[in-house]
Amino acid sequence: MADVGWWVVPVAVLGGALRVSTPFLFVSLGECITERSGRINLGLEGILVMGAMCAYGTSYLTGSPWLGVLAAGAAGALLGLVHATICGLPRVNDIAVGIALMLFGTGLAFYLGKPLIEPSAKILPAINFGWWSDVPQVRAALQINVLFLIGVALAPVLVWALATTRWGMILRTVGESADAARAMGYSVNGVRARATMLGGFLGGIGGSFLSLYYPGSWNEGLSSGQGITAVALVIFARWNPMLCFWASLLFGGAAALGPALQSIGVNQGYYLFNAAPYILTLLIMIITCSPQRTLIGAPAELSITR
Amino acid sequence: MKADVRPRTHDKSRFTPHLFPPPQAGEGKGGGLRLAGAAEYVVIPALALAAALAVFGIFVALFGKDPAALYLYMYQGAFGTWFSWQNTLSRAAPLILTALCTALPAQLGLVIIGGEGAFLVGALAATSAALALPAAPPFLVQLAMALAGMAAGGAWIAFSGALQHYRGVNETISSLLLVYIALAVLNQLVEGPMRDPSSLNKPSSHEIGAANMIGTIPGLDVHWGLAFGIIAAVLAYILIFQTVFGFAARVAGGNVRAAKVVGLGVGRLILIACFLAGAAAGLAGMFEVAAVQGRANANLAAGYGFTGILVSFLARHNPLAIIPVAVLLGGINASGGLLQRRLGLPDASVLVLQGMIFISVLASETLYGRFAIFRRGG
Repeated sequence: MADVGWWVVPVAVLGGALRVSTPFLFVSLGECITERSGRINLGLEGILVMGAMCAYGTSYLTGSPWLGVLAAGAAGALLGLVHATICGLPRVNDIAVGIALMLFGTGLAFYLGKPLIEPSAKILPAINFGWWSDVPQVRAALQINVLFLIGVALAPVLVWALATTRWGMILRTVGESADAARAMGYSVNGVRARATMLGGFLGGIGGSFLSLYYPGSWNEGLSSGQGITAVALVIFARWNPMLCFWASLLFGGAAALGPALQSIGVNQGYYLFNAAPYILTLLIMIITCSPQRTLIGAPAELSITR
Repeated sequence: MKADVRPRTHDKSRFTPHLFPPPQAGEGKGGGLRLAGAAEYVVIPALALAAALAVFGIFVALFGKDPAALYLYMYQGAFGTWFSWQNTLSRAAPLILTALCTALPAQLGLVIIGGEGAFLVGALAATSAALALPAAPPFLVQLAMALAGMAAGGAWIAFSGALQHYRGVNETISSLLLVYIALAVLNQLVEGPMRDPSSLNKPSSHEIGAANMIGTIPGLDVHWGLAFGIIAAVLAYILIFQTVFGFAARVAGGNVRAAKVVGLGVGRLILIACFLAGAAAGLAGMFEVAAVQGRANANLAAGYGFTGILVSFLARHNPLAIIPVAVLLGGINASGGLLQRRLGLPDASVLVLQGMIFISVLASETLYGRFAIFRRGG
């Protein structure tokens, strides 16, 4: 056993939660918007990978990681537009299109990202909130990325926007009753297209965090299921952006468990601990879903909960 | 007392119309009309495929590659020579089986995309079975491997089905999560308890032994998985379209309330269909170990389960149509190597093309019933 004590594990898990949760946070906030409009985009897994690749490539070429973040968002919005356009056709199923987009986005990112595996790009800055501590583990845990802070701020803003702004009300109307929205003269497909693009934008930014901060490089094993976990997380969070934030922290902590244990020399079960977020997601879905009734808070037009 | 207590069903007929083509005008009437209706299910996917190939051609042209050379090499790599045909058929074999993993639950309106997970646990269980029987005759070992692989894969997908039916957990998400869990279990076992200490760079299990390997079909350099895949697809077709079970499943898939009214046990239907689906993918995993790899390691996760989803959708979840579609997609996979060598395309170009085909095929769903030409005749 290493010379550090077991207390390092909770600190590392906390630090990991703050770090690893960022992609979960952005993807789940994005998916939250999309699902509140009554459509589900399972393609966020592909968007996440695409975002990671675009961010890394842009940062490498321009030297500006923030341009990379923007490029990732744009790529995500573009893929969101593809999803929305095809789902807007009559008799096309959004779940299936999401699966297709997942495969397409991943493939496209691997194709375009082939030359990016070697070079190293400039990564995003972090703010050191651990200056007061002498313990290196605490300092490392409190290195907080700016994107995380943006995500934290975004959650309450979205709660407010969904509840009180005209934009939020239109979005919710479309998600609760497409017929009512149509009767009021709103274009259901148009609103959903914008919601899916915005969701894709945030999902892409979530991906940029993976390649530009943690783990901070581009390779083909970068995302393995964070996108789909985040989609499940939205269901767990009952389509509430603030709950998405807390759920992201929980999932981030679960994902940080494996590396945290490894840091003190516990190597047994490394892969199983890495699968903790998926197992946690599955358990939470088993506990919170019910076959008898629709979930509270579910948009009525959403296909997976009807 | 209002919206929140709506009875929860998995009646997806309203929003997954593409899974179940609505009864066409001539269905069950004149033979001519039925033929015209069937032509629609061939012509529209073919158009979608052609459109995707065209878009892919434009895509590679953007990178300065010659599209004409692309199509030529794709044809050569897939179907151009006897060698490439055998390569294609070897890749089609697991695809038929993993496609069934999506196609069978689809009859009940379930969208299962976890074939890769069932494939991996099937492969693991088959390897374990072989390693547990070191002294048994090869035939017995192979039988045990097949049974273990099918049981493990079947249980894996049946779990998703059970969660959907008894807990209301979305089966698409749960089956995909189970893929990642299966991958973790595979990595854990081959790096830990099952590891062969002599496998240094690529942690692997012990080999199942040359005597236990399944050979090739006489006259072909293609392993027996192809024959079993075709048999499984034909059996699945018979099950769905010729038996009471299949009829009940399709009724439940079309309208779950109607199924309950006539007294069908929907839960039982879901469990059986999902078990058979997972068993097919598990069998594919068993053949991957017993006929190709000879041991369990990370090489097993080659994406056959994911391509199988595309095969099933392209075949409109019809088990007989899955056979030619699997050959087609197997051909595209097989041509990847040639595209890499001759055109310098990345290995992911096959994934891009598959994604384009998938999107194009789904978009083409909107075309059904729009062409008068398929409605005339008879």
